[in-house]
Amino acid sequence: MTDDIVNIEIDGKAEKALKGEMIISVTDKIGTYVPRFCYHEKLSIAANCRMCLVEVENAPKPMPACATPVMEGMRIFTRSPAAIAAQKATMEFLLINHPLDCPICDQGGECELQDLALGYGRDISRYTERKRVVKDKDIGPLVSTDMTRCIHCTRCIRFGEEITGLQELGTTERGEDMKIGTYVEKSIDHEMSANIIDLCPVGALNNKPYRYSARAWEMMQRPTISPHDCVGSNMNAHILRGKVKRIVPRENEAINETWLSDRDRFSYEGIYSGERLLNPRLKTGKKWRDVSWDEGLERLTVELQKASGTDVGIIASPTSTLEEFHLLSNLADHLGSSNIDYRTRQKDFSDQENDPLFPWLGCKIEDIEAAGAILLVGSNLRKEAPMIAHRFRKAALAGAQVSIISAEKYEYYFDVCHHIDDSNLVEDLAGIAVAAADGGAVPDVISDICEGVEPTEVHKQISAVLNKTENALVISGLIASRHSAFSVIRALVASIGEMTGASFGGLSEGPNSAGGHLAGVIPHRQQAGMARSRQGWNAQDIINNSPEVTLLFGLEPIDVTCVDNVGKKLASHRFVCAMTPYSNESMEESCNLLLPIGTFAETSGTYVNCEGRWQSFGGIAKSIGAARPGWRVLRVLGNLLDAGGFEYVSSEEVLKEIRANITNITADNTYKGSKPLPKTTGATDGGLAIDVPIYQIDAVVRRATALQLTPEANRSRSNN
Amino acid sequence: MGKMTKRLSSYIKTFVLWELWRGLSVTLRNFFKPPVTVFYPEEKTPQSSRFRGLHALRRYPNGEERCIACKLCEAVCPALAITIESDVGDDGTRRTTQYDIDLFKCIYCGFCEEACPVDAIVETRIHEYHMEAPGENIMTKDKLLAIGDKYEEMISVDKEADAKYR
Repeated sequence: MTDDIVNIEIDGKAEKALKGEMIISVTDKIGTYVPRFCYHEKLSIAANCRMCLVEVENAPKPMPACATPVMEGMRIFTRSPAAIAAQKATMEFLLINHPLDCPICDQGGECELQDLALGYGRDISRYTERKRVVKDKDIGPLVSTDMTRCIHCTRCIRFGEEITGLQELGTTERGEDMKIGTYVEKSIDHEMSANIIDLCPVGALNNKPYRYSARAWEMMQRPTISPHDCVGSNMNAHILRGKVKRIVPRENEAINETWLSDRDRFSYEGIYSGERLLNPRLKTGKKWRDVSWDEGLERLTVELQKASGTDVGIIASPTSTLEEFHLLSNLADHLGSSNIDYRTRQKDFSDQENDPLFPWLGCKIEDIEAAGAILLVGSNLRKEAPMIAHRFRKAALAGAQVSIISAEKYEYYFDVCHHIDDSNLVEDLAGIAVAAADGGAVPDVISDICEGVEPTEVHKQISAVLNKTENALVISGLIASRHSAFSVIRALVASIGEMTGASFGGLSEGPNSAGGHLAGVIPHRQQAGMARSRQGWNAQDIINNSPEVTLLFGLEPIDVTCVDNVGKKLASHRFVCAMTPYSNESMEESCNLLLPIGTFAETSGTYVNCEGRWQSFGGIAKSIGAARPGWRVLRVLGNLLDAGGFEYVSSEEVLKEIRANITNITADNTYKGSKPLPKTTGATDGGLAIDVPIYQIDAVVRRATALQLTPEANRSRSNN
Repeated sequence: MGKMTKRLSSYIKTFVLWELWRGLSVTLRNFFKPPVTVFYPEEKTPQSSRFRGLHALRRYPNGEERCIACKLCEAVCPALAITIESDVGDDGTRRTTQYDIDLFKCIYCGFCEEACPVDAIVETRIHEYHMEAPGENIMTKDKLLAIGDKYEEMISVDKEADAKYR
């Protein structure tokens, strides 16, 4: 180990560094700032901006700190006259062609070039010749371009090459004429490509929906959590006068690193959609009218009290916070109803008794990249959870053998060893299970399913890879969990995992499926997995059995895909109340009472992500109209129903109560059941039919204007 | 000795009301001088070209608004009197959708004018204005542009005069 450490001297101070480490990473660690534009921790080294030149003793010329490895006895001067002179000269060259239009540039105030020009730039320009002008490109609805401002650091190009794997931007020509672009005019299309906005050190690539609407210095930065997938990406929202102006990633190496998917970044536009419900509304006869909160809640209370407990159904969206789930579950208990569910897209509930405590990924998100082999089952991963797809890609680049079983061919920008793309999932999984048993007996639970199944060569290879590789993973996606043979798929995945020694688990719907299970928003279990005395109706049954009173929380009929014709069926229910941020025709057709609640931005709460991580966040924006945070509405409803214990004054109090109730939970995906599951294929379930397009996943995203203009959104519309 | 004389002279001066006569002599002298009073509003005192009065937003000679919504005036304003909302304009440029100055908050320091990179917001020499209803203290973008249009000649002359000192 001592061989790997070298002694160097930086600005006269002795430091130790790892052999082969670049100077800039050592100076960053010890807190000495070396100016840079092209260097980025997550990207490869290009050394083309030359801003990080430092003086190294005995070197004839200044050396770029980002591309010079340290050596024993090296003496480095970052602030010596020679180093400063080199940096100043570089800055002068960079500013030759960079326009001085900071007052109209969106990057103004948060621009790396502007900051460094203050420290290294000259007061007066010596350059009087013509400046370069480059035509702007139209690269889609998410990223605006001002290519004259580009300083050719190539971070955006390296991001495409190295992080997404889809090289969307590149350079043409050389020197003064060098241009960054898409070669052929087209929109950037990767689900993470808007990260180039953060990467661009100048104002060349910028946030298009945010364009010209605020300045960096006048906004408040508030932390929040992504409400669209089970990853729970950390984000910062920038707020001006109570309004979300833009969303940027918040660094968290364990979850989203420094990236953010486009869906998380631009969904905030949905908060300010024209379809926001501004007042409680009540339908009398066929006419809708605005009512006060008092009248609306009074009406709901009367309806709930009239109905016997067993005749109340509650369906919550998986985007609800843990606090809201908890209050809903308490409310259901008070009403004596077990008809409560959040699994709006699941179709197969037959084996719900053997659900794990909460849907779990089977490992930590960051552990995915250390996996040696991964089997992905029934998933359109890049669209379901872009951040997890990114970890998959990292794993594959590091040498993991990734195999994929799905009903459709989905494109991945890494090498996939085995891609079975016309599978109905069950048959192929059964084949792999039989291959994994290697002539022996398969576990009892899948014995009927595997009866008479002959593994193909591919099945054998996949099973062998899982078997012989350490840190193997079997992960099922959302298409699997929406599949009509989900129970069987889950049992097969568990059995394969057990037989091959691989960790196994799955993605889950929305940001808080784990929270839904933990808080007991399921018909067969109470909080923390305790069994209910009487099993209630699942989401499918609630819609089909039309209870006296149906309460929809945070969702629209279109979100409920576990049954067909949900809108029509709901319209035939006697009384449907929707607590929802939005209202539209379909809502008005199927509901009787609409109560406005806040979106993720207007409420505080907690999400439990697919690795079981509890992440709390505060409200970040002003409420719109009379909308109130969901947990407050439920609290008041609890009081009106005399439910007792609903005297919370903050969501933190609710969370405290949840924490007291849910203790000692460990994520465990071990399959508990032993009863053989019946043989089924679920062959009728195509992948496309149950796949939800990336920008249709929830109410907020569906109303995010810029996202709906992307080629991706267009494609999904033409497919439907 | 000297101390004694001083006390004596002070004693006599007290009795002859010497200080009073001295003071009245000043009054008498001014009595015959021409008066300095200005008969406002018929007469007005001269104004500096740098006088900081009512604000105005200027346009370029071709009618285009100068303001580019950089929000530097809003940032520099020590009284937080300026509120700006911006968006992409019709021609794709950066434009304000709202530009309000609260005259009750404004302290007429002229920092907004100093900060403006395009000489859009200026303080004119107008200092005689009043408000009649609540809310009139808010100078909206339209009002400010109207003032700018009306007094452009005066503004440009004043700016010209001051240009070499900036």
